[in-house]
Amino acid sequence: MSLRSMPRRLNPRALRRPSLCHYVSQANPRLGLAWQSCRNVASTPTAEKVLFPGALNSEFTNNLEFLRPSTNKAISTFRVLNQYGQVIDQERGADTTDEEALELYKHMVCLNIMDLIMFEAQRQGRLSFYMVSTGEEGISVGSASALNPTDTVFCQYREAGVFMQRGFTLDQFMAQLFSNCEDSGRGRNMPIHFGSRELNIRTVSSTLATQLPHAAGAAYALKLKNQQNPDVEPRVAVTYFGEGAASEGDFHAALNIASTRQAPCIFICRNNGYAISTPTSDQYRGDGIASRGAGYGIDTLRVDGNDIFAVRTATKEARRLALSDGGKPVLIEMMAYRVGHHSTSDDSYAYRQKVEVEDWKRRDNPITRLRKWMEDRGIWNEDKERKLRSKLRKDVLGAFDRAEKKKKPKIRHAFDDVWENVTEEQRAHVEELKDILTRYPKEYDLSQYEGGIESLDELLQKKQ
Amino acid sequence: MAASKLLRPASRLLSASRSAAPAFRPAFRPAVITPSIVARRYASDGGVKEMTVREALNEAMAEEMEANEKVFVLGEEVAQYNGAYKVTKGLLDRFGEKRVIDSPITESGFAGLCVGAALAGLHPVCEFMTFNFAMQAIDQIINSGAKTHYMSGGIQPCNITFRGPNGFAAGVAAQHSQDYSAWYGSIPGLKVVSPYSAEDAKGLLKAAIRDPNPVVVLENELLYGLSFPMSEAAQKDDFVIPIGKAKIERPGKDLTIVTLSRCVGQSLVAAEQLKKQYGVEAEVINLRSIKPLDIEAIVKSIKKTGNLLVVESGYPSFGVASEIITLACEYAFDYLDSPPARVTGAEVPTPYAQKLEEMSFPTEQLITSYAAKLLRV
Repeated sequence: MSLRSMPRRLNPRALRRPSLCHYVSQANPRLGLAWQSCRNVASTPTAEKVLFPGALNSEFTNNLEFLRPSTNKAISTFRVLNQYGQVIDQERGADTTDEEALELYKHMVCLNIMDLIMFEAQRQGRLSFYMVSTGEEGISVGSASALNPTDTVFCQYREAGVFMQRGFTLDQFMAQLFSNCEDSGRGRNMPIHFGSRELNIRTVSSTLATQLPHAAGAAYALKLKNQQNPDVEPRVAVTYFGEGAASEGDFHAALNIASTRQAPCIFICRNNGYAISTPTSDQYRGDGIASRGAGYGIDTLRVDGNDIFAVRTATKEARRLALSDGGKPVLIEMMAYRVGHHSTSDDSYAYRQKVEVEDWKRRDNPITRLRKWMEDRGIWNEDKERKLRSKLRKDVLGAFDRAEKKKKPKIRHAFDDVWENVTEEQRAHVEELKDILTRYPKEYDLSQYEGGIESLDELLQKKQ
Repeated sequence: MAASKLLRPASRLLSASRSAAPAFRPAFRPAVITPSIVARRYASDGGVKEMTVREALNEAMAEEMEANEKVFVLGEEVAQYNGAYKVTKGLLDRFGEKRVIDSPITESGFAGLCVGAALAGLHPVCEFMTFNFAMQAIDQIINSGAKTHYMSGGIQPCNITFRGPNGFAAGVAAQHSQDYSAWYGSIPGLKVVSPYSAEDAKGLLKAAIRDPNPVVVLENELLYGLSFPMSEAAQKDDFVIPIGKAKIERPGKDLTIVTLSRCVGQSLVAAEQLKKQYGVEAEVINLRSIKPLDIEAIVKSIKKTGNLLVVESGYPSFGVASEIITLACEYAFDYLDSPPARVTGAEVPTPYAQKLEEMSFPTEQLITSYAAKLLRV
């Protein structure tokens, strides 16, 4: 890294340039006033402000005082509803119509029911892996509801709610979870690695935090596109991650480059208190992930993740900010508590008290808080709740049954997509496989695979 | 050709054997080596105890931490949670939070931190939840861990141990099912070991911790729960296995099967099948150490059997098997009666589908049939 930047530093032309901040002459005018003032104000011996290129508006002081973040007041948490589901600021209101609220509620409950059923199904050995969103439904569903369908989304792995809100159907969820022939990932991923081109959501990747620089890069591309096509509605990139992932280097690289390039990227952190077993106290120091955003010069907000209206309002405003002034990144830290285990491979009672979890379940969660609000408005009651739950349960189980009965992906998918084109070597493999399958049809039952042996022909006909 | 031979550690090993000098450079306290090896050979059956690989690794770390207060363990989930695979179980209670440290999720960060601690004179054991995650940290392992001693002109030794499960597990798809033996095995400055049994696990991990060089210990998740007999000598706290020495797991006269890690077990079963089905006696060599590679043992075995089959679960291209076959051709070509063959993982991104995943890696049946084909039986 350092080797690569050396020639730039030693650029003789740059050295000969008289100005102190010699990069300014090449800088884009969008960089704003701070940079211009640097050029305009000459470095005089009587200047009150420092003109170091790295800290432009810093005033001199003769007070030896270190910044002590620990003495600062913690960043406040934005909310619209209080714990009892009452709107605090009547003037702003919930900013959501009753129909929208019902829709959000339905999606959160549906996600919750799907989680319960799939977690159990994993325990019965019907799928290999699952991750629940319990306690964080409001963050994914609420934030997704405030985005444009054209915005590009990069998820981590606990954002099934984003998919659901954007229109991923239960059948699509189940197809991926059971890796059947309808799975758009062609059965190559572990469960919960959803992806959808139509919904503009990139396929979830197992590797932690790698989605963050991707989102920054996508946002920069969108910024250029937004500039080039002013008639098309501008788009942003949105990415989700946990507070644990924020310890990875990729997070810092992503924030830094999104900030320096002023890319319209919304970083949404789900701070749920635990990274598998590691509590936040062992994960980071300082005031949460929000304080990191400030450090990178990014507009930042902390939000109560149990309040879906707050999540929605914050995301809407973040989107507006991200597209203002030609684009800029925004960071939102959504506070939550991970009520469920990390994944089906985890038993969280090994590292936290069951009573702590029960406490949180009782104290507050996004579903009950919205329900309280709806009941106060008289649009919800126990009867409707029961009906909704039983209907959704039926829907989920219906999709579950259908998916389990579906055929497996085409056998050609064992070969294609490793490279863009089928290589000569692969072609030989496919031909050999086809030969064996045709010669010994009794040995190989292809009836459970979509398309049977013909799918191999499709592959062979594919252009090289 | 001559120059390349001179540069190869393998050729040094070979020429050393001719002059009868000990080829193995004792990297740790010499007092420890002699008794343990002698004692191992004559272990009586009476004291043999069953132990899982997981327990053996745990015991190795516990003993080394007991013996040397410079040793500490750092990684994700190693303390409170007792390790993602429970390998560090009980260490926090026994050694306290100063020496068993939970790390934030930042592989490059904590690997770098461990390298720094090693450069400052401590002996860290850096646990990766799996080596698939260590891709994030590979710059620290290779450019900092493996090369600082050389680049600093020898003034900064880096006594560090990187350990964790390597290779495929079950149903974790392409991004988390890679075998890194060949990756790390190609780096000058690193030592790489890959234990199979509980004895291997304990002896090699202890040797790795004591070794003054950076050592990568590539374990296998699927072996953690398997039990193996531990000889009386191996149960003692002075037991170490020298890095760079292979072990003949099963003697034979017709075919040399060179293999490592989980494939050792498969090859042993295949060897039994070969005996039953074809009356062929296969010699199974457990490499134990990938770098340095015990080419001497392999050549010796080829001289006896005349045939070579290499079994590993990495990708075929530029892999451990390719290296071994190349070395065999360089040093034992005239003793080979048939072209050497290899059984490796398939060259595809590891499929998630269970059956395809099974087919992507060596199986006992596959090893048997390749061996039979090679021997024309």
